[in-house]
Amino acid sequence: MSVDLSTSLGSLHLKAPTLTASGCAAAGRELAQFGDVATLGAVVTKSIMLQPRSGRATPRMAETPSGMLNSIGLQGPGVEAFIEKDLSWLSQNGVTTVVSIAGETTAEFAELAARLSNVPGIAALEVNISCPNVESRGQVFACDPYAAADVIAAVRREWTSDAPVLAKLSPDVTDIVSIAHSVREAGVDGVSMINTLLGMVIDVDRMKPLLGGRTGGLSGPAIRPVAVRAVYQVHAALPDLPILGMGGIRTGHDALEFFAAGASAVSIGTVVFGDPRAPWRVAEELSSELASRGYSAVRDVIGLAHR
Amino acid sequence: MTNAQQVTSEILSIEPVGSYYHVVFSAPSIAEFVEPGHFVAVAVGGVGSAMLLRRAFSIHRATPGHSIEVIFAAHGQGTEWLSTTRRGDLIDIVAPLGTPFALPNQPIGAVLVAGGYGAAPMGMLAQALRERGCEVEVILGAATETKLFGVLDLARDADSVTVTTDDGSSGLRGRVTDALPNAIERINAKVVYACGPMAMLKAVARVASEHGAFSQCAVEESMACGIGVCMTCVLPVIGDDGVTRMVRSCVEGPVFRGDRVRWDDVHTVPSDVFGAPVVGGH
Ligand SMILES: Cc1cc2nc3c(=O)[nH]c(=O)nc-3n(C[C@H](O)[C@H](O)[C@H](O)COP(=O)(O)OP(=O)(O)OC[C@H]3O[C@@H](n4cnc5c(N)ncnc54)[C@H](O)[C@@H]3O)c2cc1C
Ligand SMILES: Cc1cc2nc3c(=O)[nH]c(=O)nc-3n(C[C@H](O)[C@H](O)[C@H](O)COP(=O)(O)O)c2cc1C
Ligand code: FES
Repeated sequence: MSVDLSTSLGSLHLKAPTLTASGCAAAGRELAQFGDVATLGAVVTKSIMLQPRSGRATPRMAETPSGMLNSIGLQGPGVEAFIEKDLSWLSQNGVTTVVSIAGETTAEFAELAARLSNVPGIAALEVNISCPNVESRGQVFACDPYAAADVIAAVRREWTSDAPVLAKLSPDVTDIVSIAHSVREAGVDGVSMINTLLGMVIDVDRMKPLLGGRTGGLSGPAIRPVAVRAVYQVHAALPDLPILGMGGIRTGHDALEFFAAGASAVSIGTVVFGDPRAPWRVAEELSSELASRGYSAVRDVIGLAHR
Repeated sequence: MTNAQQVTSEILSIEPVGSYYHVVFSAPSIAEFVEPGHFVAVAVGGVGSAMLLRRAFSIHRATPGHSIEVIFAAHGQGTEWLSTTRRGDLIDIVAPLGTPFALPNQPIGAVLVAGGYGAAPMGMLAQALRERGCEVEVILGAATETKLFGVLDLARDADSVTVTTDDGSSGLRGRVTDALPNAIERINAKVVYACGPMAMLKAVARVASEHGAFSQCAVEESMACGIGVCMTCVLPVIGDDGVTRMVRSCVEGPVFRGDRVRWDDVHTVPSDVFGAPVVGGH
């Protein structure tokens, strides 16, 4: 039986159900050695900022059981070089591209949205609000419903393209549903969830936190049940809000859990580091998981666990 | 960039050598593309392993149409696991990765310096240099005799081999850099190639510069992906334009010009690096 794997995130039609995750596939080019990136649902690019950024000191990673911590610190070339080098490569190669943006102030997010609005080749904008707000003593935007809504409203005002705007939510909150509510009120077309959970590893030989940035974001299969729970809760509260689900997806079976919980598409992040073909493999496995259960389209299982 | 391939490889043999293990991976489609200094990223722990990340190893030898070989030390969980694999086991590998050693166009003198398992890529490199008519001197160092690797093989592949150990259990007592100035002068070397711990590379790069030689150093930074997508493996490197950037050691490296790496600033973000945080906000 052939399974229809096409899906959509709001107005964005996706030919395949698996996307890359921001920060886990750079801007797609390196993955092209392992498969045709144009056949993926989309490449979600590493969060880009207005200015070039060096990132944090190394070590920037620590492997943990079924996961890892990272503290990259949003290293990147800045939006102008990104448009010139990365976006142009993605467009030339026919890749569906979701651009992730990050800022340290609401104004910076707005400026990025304005700059990118007229740039061709952007299928959706993912607003990474899991960054520290320098105007609020480093409090993460995504952890405060007002700050999160402010950023989204500011992006919305500047974003003149028809491509959908997604807010990327952090799981490090008491109530993720209330954050989803407030970004929806502020005008997002969908949410991406989840970002990493804050963690730490201590090097007991040096008696110091192991990572150069001291804390880091936990990702990988270790966080998957947290992610499935978060997707389920948000879909239950806001069934019409499209969700790009992610967090530890390793197999087609894992992906199916996210769809059943209410995701309309999924991103594959950390698992790519161990298996660069994972975004393609997970889509193939998902197809067999659906077929073996008698489903003919991935769209038919979205939110099924809520019946 | 050479295209890397992800393949399921069969372990053709695994044997202890001194303090290390020598593994031969079947890699018929990969071997012909391997150049000295390339590395392989090996998945560890088997299917569904809780260890998600690959382990990186320098490629020791490549036999076109057949196999690639690595030399590894078992110290953490993943390499311990690898040491328990057996002939016939199947393992997922990605190779060839990274930027290999740059080879000279002229038949100049070259000194190869290696610490411990850093000797792994040196045989291939010595052969490639000798094919170009270069005179090749090798200096191998380790803490102690059992941690030396490749002394006999390199004696065949190079014009001469000097051994140093910290404890004097083999060769000269001391560091590789103690033997380096003489070696450079003896063959009027124009380039020094090095692979080993960061502190050794830093010292080699300095001695090479002092003696008017270029250096090509293969660094070892913690890597999550090995293919250039995660930005964990960076170090500060000065570009052709004089600007220091945090550069990925898995793609732009692991081999860098020794005079371009900011050795004293590794594991920091120097304040003059491209995109460095500015005081009082970004
Ligand atoms: C380009 C390159 C070439 C290398 N060549 C060799 C070689 O020829 N022989 C050899 O024995 N070792 C080599 N290493 C080091 C080898 O990769 C590490 O010893 C190994 O990854 C440690 O894994 P583990 O499971 O023992 O340790 P763990 O501590 O369990 O590893 C945890 C994580 O940290 C990473 N990690 C830990 N130590 C290192 C390290 N020193 N360098 C890079 N990543 C690290 C691992 O990849 C893993 O993701 C090389 C490293 C690099 C980057
Ligand atoms: C090394 C690394 C870098 C990341 N960088 C970003 C980033 O720049 N922007 C972002 O929104 N999320 C970033 N993330 C989070 C992922 O996109 C994803 O939300 C998270 O890792 C959970 O998915 P996973 O378990 O499949 O990796 C990063 C994750 C990792 C591991
Ligand atoms: S290890 Fe991922 S970019 Fe180098």
